[in-house]
Amino acid sequence: MYRALAEAIRDAEQQGISLARLALETEARDQGRPVEEIRGALQRALDVMRGAVEQGMTGELRSASGLVGGDAAKLRTGPAGPLAGTLFRDVLARALAVQEVNAAMGVIVAAPTAGGAGVLPAVLTGLAQARAIPDDAVVDALAVAGLIGAVIAERASLSGAEGGCQAETGAAAAMAAGAATEMLGGSPGQVGHATALAMQGTLGLVCDPLGGLVELPCVFRNATGSAIALTGIELAIAGVEFAIPVDEVIDVMGQIGAEMDVRYRETAGGGLAATPTGRRLAHERLVQLRRR
Amino acid sequence: MVSLLDIIGPVMVGPSSSHTAGACRLGLLARNLVGGTPEKARIELHGSFARTGEGHGTDKAIAGGLMGFRPDDERLRDALEIAEREGLDYAFEKTTIADDAHPNTARITLERGERQAVMTGSSLGAGRILVTEINDYSVEVSGGYHTIVLIAEDVKGSVAAIATILAEHGINIANLRLTRKARGGDAFMVIEVDDVPGEGVRDEIRALPWVRWAFRLDKVSA
Repeated sequence: MYRALAEAIRDAEQQGISLARLALETEARDQGRPVEEIRGALQRALDVMRGAVEQGMTGELRSASGLVGGDAAKLRTGPAGPLAGTLFRDVLARALAVQEVNAAMGVIVAAPTAGGAGVLPAVLTGLAQARAIPDDAVVDALAVAGLIGAVIAERASLSGAEGGCQAETGAAAAMAAGAATEMLGGSPGQVGHATALAMQGTLGLVCDPLGGLVELPCVFRNATGSAIALTGIELAIAGVEFAIPVDEVIDVMGQIGAEMDVRYRETAGGGLAATPTGRRLAHERLVQLRRR
Repeated sequence: MVSLLDIIGPVMVGPSSSHTAGACRLGLLARNLVGGTPEKARIELHGSFARTGEGHGTDKAIAGGLMGFRPDDERLRDALEIAEREGLDYAFEKTTIADDAHPNTARITLERGERQAVMTGSSLGAGRILVTEINDYSVEVSGGYHTIVLIAEDVKGSVAAIATILAEHGINIANLRLTRKARGGDAFMVIEVDDVPGEGVRDEIRALPWVRWAFRLDKVSA
């Protein structure tokens, strides 16, 4: 796979093909598998993503510790704020839904990780439903997301323990922004700007889950991550360009992660996990879990 | 090389690719060492596995893996109840395996009939695993391939003999590592192969007079 998004964008432009096609053909060559087989695997991933959205929306799931669950359903049925009846509100609900399923030991697609698994399904399936986009085009978008994620994995990190939450929900937001931009007809160059615009919005984001569990704030970080992805898409499609090249934004995310204090890298030693309430809740819930 | 399907995947039961999916894969690999679901399992959890394992279902994931459930199997959620029903006598302990051990490490001690085995492995993140010790021998098994592990006397031509058996069965070798504790001592061979080795292959390898034991380990990762 590519090690720089700029190279992929250049190759796609020169060959006059989409980034999705470039990504699928590159993967097929790298792995010695036919494109159709890779598309099949991505279609299965999409089916699992949709299943998780649906399951989470029922509002019946609770996490092992009981810290999270039931909030996606509130967005579906509860009072509406400024986003009443919008795609934006639907995307937020979907992100919560998938992450609530994850916290309740339901089946999800780690994309790129389990902790950031809500963003891509929220943005892609939300948009696909609102605009009646066929599955083939959503599968293409997943290939673009995979390309962006692979570049982030090579240049920076996709692990909260290594790079903080910017490397999990931040990476997911960047992947979703780029992927959806092409799905909506954006050019390869616009995909690059959407990716950079989303990622700049999560730089420095710490990984600080209560008790070290993939629950709080992870569920909500997937919602805010999706909001940042939508921002990147909207700006890039409107023609906004980000002056720092996307590969440099990815590099600096990796550098910030490497310099981040270990308390902010999935150790529950800092951030929300270390607040008085965060410590108390984590202690209570873990004691309860051990008694069961 | 990073693959698209590593990034968009795996499909898994939540909540953590390292503490749940990776833990399940460790259980899946370990069960091969006793030829199926063990009757007795003692699982020592180290580091972050010990500290946050319960909240991440690490115990359920390892028990489920020992029963042959894969990381996307929804039965993982109820694996401890299923284990009790199916007669898998399990015990989890929190321990420090070694000061420099990876934070997500488990040591799994199994019994099934006459067979016993001990395996130590770590979950490296994103569902990737590394088995570092089998029955007191240092190994490196990723579960990314079908793998044959064996202990043999340190005799000349042992690699050639085994390569011949594999070739006769049409099995292609991806990686082969040979380690031994001392010259003339037992040699430990880890052979990662592209094709599924049948029981016939294992039995032929076991029948070699200088092979002490040999196992087939299933591919458990994409």
